[in-house]
Amino acid sequence: MAIHTVSFLVENKAGVLFNVTNLFRRRGFNIESIAVGTVQDPKYSRMTISVDADAKTLANLVEQLEKMVEVIKVKRLDPLRTIQREMLLVKLSTQDPIAREDALKYINNQHGLVLDIDDDNIMAEVTGYPGELDEFLEYVKSIGIVELSRTGITALEKGRLKL
Amino acid sequence: MTEMLGSKAFVKSLENEGVKHIFGISGGSLIPICDELLDSDMRFILARHEQGAAHMADGYARVLNKVGVCVATSGPGATNLVTGVATAQIDSSPVVAFTGQVNRNVIGTDAFQECDIIGVSASVTKYNMQVRTPSEIPETVKKAFYIANTGRKGSVLVDIPKDCTTLSGEMDFNPQIKFRGYEMDHTPKPQELDWAAQILAKAERPLIMAGGGVIAAGATNELVALSEALLAPTANTLMGKGAFPEDHPLSLGLCGMHGTQASNSLVPQADVLLVVGSRFSDRTTAKVADFNPNGKVVHIDIDRSEIDKNVETVTKVVGDAKMALAGLLERVKVLKNNPSAEWSNRIQEFRHDWSKEADTANGYLRAPKVIRALRELLPRDAIVTTEVGQNQMWAALHYDTYLPRTFHTSGGLGTMGWGFPASIGAKAAKPDVPVVDIAGDGSFGMTENNLATAVEEELPVIVVVLNNNVLGMVAQWQRLFYDRRYSAVKLKGNPDYVKLAEAYGAAGVRTTTLDDFRREVKRAIKADVPTVIDVPIDPDENVMPMIPPGLGLKDTLWRAD
Repeated sequence: MAIHTVSFLVENKAGVLFNVTNLFRRRGFNIESIAVGTVQDPKYSRMTISVDADAKTLANLVEQLEKMVEVIKVKRLDPLRTIQREMLLVKLSTQDPIAREDALKYINNQHGLVLDIDDDNIMAEVTGYPGELDEFLEYVKSIGIVELSRTGITALEKGRLKL
Repeated sequence: MTEMLGSKAFVKSLENEGVKHIFGISGGSLIPICDELLDSDMRFILARHEQGAAHMADGYARVLNKVGVCVATSGPGATNLVTGVATAQIDSSPVVAFTGQVNRNVIGTDAFQECDIIGVSASVTKYNMQVRTPSEIPETVKKAFYIANTGRKGSVLVDIPKDCTTLSGEMDFNPQIKFRGYEMDHTPKPQELDWAAQILAKAERPLIMAGGGVIAAGATNELVALSEALLAPTANTLMGKGAFPEDHPLSLGLCGMHGTQASNSLVPQADVLLVVGSRFSDRTTAKVADFNPNGKVVHIDIDRSEIDKNVETVTKVVGDAKMALAGLLERVKVLKNNPSAEWSNRIQEFRHDWSKEADTANGYLRAPKVIRALRELLPRDAIVTTEVGQNQMWAALHYDTYLPRTFHTSGGLGTMGWGFPASIGAKAAKPDVPVVDIAGDGSFGMTENNLATAVEEELPVIVVVLNNNVLGMVAQWQRLFYDRRYSAVKLKGNPDYVKLAEAYGAAGVRTTTLDDFRREVKRAIKADVPTVIDVPIDPDENVMPMIPPGLGLKDTLWRAD
């Protein structure tokens, strides 16, 4: 088993997300992350889903997705030819001046943005490939994470490749 | 564009699709539609339970290769349809189900008889849609029929809020429908045909397995021609019964858990196994590793997602089975012109003369003999449906089927109670041929109330109840694998089927000898009311052959003893 990312174009209408996730559920896949948004033509949305799966079941899942009426095109993304990004919002507990200094350092190192700051907390936006965000969270864990929210992986293929 | 009431537009849309029969039950949310149907020539066949209505539409669809239509009201009417649309979907039968829904302004409020049938049915239909405005009705109906009846066929559910039928809208009855994500061309690739043909032509022991896809594609002639060109023995799956005439010298009959000796012996020995329009059900393959351990599997299927799903193939042809088989035949004829008969002659080893077998055992008629007697009495084009369990396997083994679309069964979902309402749908589709439901008492009990429908609609189907007062297949497993500990299978409270039939205004008879049985079948074929023939059989009789659970074709037990 390994994490695979599948990206696909669907009709932008009610119920499509349900039907897609229902297919993943039926086949017993746990969705690690999902990101959805409309594309340049608002009639369509692009979904990017990461799942933990073996290659054979994944290949069948891709075919099952292709079969769905609302799904227009499906592609399993090759990690070597794909840029993957995820965004994270995190609120850190920074009453302690040293903690505050450390927090700002880590955020800065990761090219993050401080979005909100008060006497008790810092909220930051951090973007990176998924592994980077995991690493960042590992660093700031000791400072104290109040809460966090991740967007899920979104991805595009490099160069001429496209969905 | 025309301004029209939603209910009127709905009825007109169905007429535009060529609908002649609607199976269903009315209800609060359907009153406007049913009112409109009074002024239409379409015939409304009133079932006694929505599950029955869906099975009737399914039986009708399978017989005619035309979309079957069923309707049910919102809430319980809709949920009662679910088993029916699931059965049709897994057997690739084109059924469109329409459900009423509460008014749009109360959807989501748990209104009376409200159910989220779109959510409920999503996993068991090919597609589903909810109408959101009266104007969407014509386009939605057209889409539903198109999706149900193209590609790998299946069931589509359309949910219609009541106020969309009581209000008017601008209607376009010739909408352009297009789906960017729905494959519409099923022409096989020439290169895939070339590869498959080369492998087939080199085979020394070729064998073909025909699935339901052959029937769906109307590819029987092409299949027979290819089998003959290769001298390839030809087995069938349960859904493929009728794809290849079972009186053809190359026919092996059913393969799988209750497969024939010929099929289950030869399939594992084939060096090239061509599987056409089958999804390699676990009931067909038994233990996958022993299915065809040393040969090459070539798979033709219209549904790409079936390739390599359950069984690994060496090559595939994705596309319509009729075009694929015709393409293969053309190529094979060039590549191979003198196939050896040595391999196909082995079929002779397995011929069994059933006329020498006794009619009775333990004082009861034997089910295989009853079904063989029935076969002899029915014309080649008679239609048989089955229930699920022992009756189904006996029918599959002993009712030789000669023509496509004359043998119908719930193969995928295995829905007990399917056969009887399906036979009513079949009779509505083809009133001029005899239609027989080969039933067991357990299954018949699940939908027998539809006798009322058969009587009032003057659809004189014949139900042969192989009656052992037990859920026979489960009892067989308990007998063979659970040390005869019979749990939750004995049907001591079964009714008297003769009286039951008579209570509904149908004919009921009980037969205990084959001569009586033959006489009653002959009478029933000519009768103008439905007939229930109760045939008591031995509760200890097993369906044989059988593969014990978890084992492969080579482990088939041929006899119970």
